[in-house]
Amino acid sequence: MINPDDFDFIAKLVYDRSGLVLTPDKSYLLESRLVPVARKHGLKGLTELAGALRARSVQLIADTVEAMTTNESLFFRDTKPFEQFRKLVLPRLLETRTSKRSLRIWSAACSSGQEAYSLAMLLMEEGPKLAGWNIEIVGTDLSTQMVERARAGVYSQFEVQRGLPVQMLVKYFRQDGDKWQIDPRLRAMVKYREFNLLSDLSPLGTFDVIFCRNVLIYFDQATKARVLEQTARRLPPDGVLFLGGAETVLGVTDRFEPLPGERGIYRVAPPTPPLPSPALMPLAMPMPAMAAMGGRR
Amino acid sequence: MKTCLIVDDSTVVRMVARRILGELKFVTREAVNGAEALESCARSMPDAILLDWNMPVMTGIEFIEMLRCMSGGNVPRVLFCTTENEVGRIRQALDAGADEYIMKPFDSEILHTKLDQLGLIDA
Repeated sequence: MINPDDFDFIAKLVYDRSGLVLTPDKSYLLESRLVPVARKHGLKGLTELAGALRARSVQLIADTVEAMTTNESLFFRDTKPFEQFRKLVLPRLLETRTSKRSLRIWSAACSSGQEAYSLAMLLMEEGPKLAGWNIEIVGTDLSTQMVERARAGVYSQFEVQRGLPVQMLVKYFRQDGDKWQIDPRLRAMVKYREFNLLSDLSPLGTFDVIFCRNVLIYFDQATKARVLEQTARRLPPDGVLFLGGAETVLGVTDRFEPLPGERGIYRVAPPTPPLPSPALMPLAMPMPAMAAMGGRR
Repeated sequence: MKTCLIVDDSTVVRMVARRILGELKFVTREAVNGAEALESCARSMPDAILLDWNMPVMTGIEFIEMLRCMSGGNVPRVLFCTTENEVGRIRQALDAGADEYIMKPFDSEILHTKLDQLGLIDA
């Protein structure tokens, strides 16, 4: 068992670095994920780990944050968003971007790359329609280890069976023993980089579509709002944001609004008109105010 | 409720599959080889067939080739479920008319997502 002081200390450190909120009921998760990190660094247990973290061992801090934030991922997770992307979002983008012929998509908190590669496969399936288009998918993750895994595009037999239709496996992967590596053409479509969602997002540029699914659930309200507000600035007025099934912008920020009739998809909200000032509403004003206004003219 | 025919000569695999499919609200039937499976399908076509490759009497490949020639034999969605994990084998199964392919060992999540993608899981 971890003592409450050490728990609070580690939880705060993880929060500051990643935005992940660890409540005391998650202490089992902390133990199961951090005991291996402690061992790797030659520390006996969580008490020693907390001690070393207090001494600001940089690599240990990075490993701790990484161990707490990495999550399993699967291809075409939840199916529906990818259908919405293919049937609704993509056709519209192909129309509106027809002169520019370029498309940028961001898979935020991409983990080991399954979401980004799923999108690459969908785009590949479009075939000749996208010939001559400049398409870039950007996958970012906080974890060095995950970014490296994503870049390599090598998956276990278990991983390629999670969510990936076998027809796509045969078409887009090359078998190497019991590992499967994604086709070089698809790897070339995705650029992976280490990136913290809590940092300034402007170096990433702008995107036509952003997938930020099952990330916000780990953040507290203020962090959610901050990330969403920054995300809105990465989108053009007709860009869209995909959130996870348990996530919403409602009650968090007014920078986004739901795309009517489409669950899980959001668009940038038009700027809210400034509160009507009395000067703009002369008809609603009492007579003396009108007189005062006239006087100032 | 959807029906699934489990075809495998291993009692353990049939038991595991029966349990997972039960949790996914399938009514299950079982056969220990391709020949028994054909008889079962002749009586009534299931919605899905979970099919092993290597079995005595009649293999999975022999079974699916005959199934797809039967009247109504295109109705069941066929998911191979086998230790054969060579990409050449997967292609062979798809060419013979398989809809999905599971490489053993598998777990409930793999089976669930594959059935979902085939439209066999009721929302």
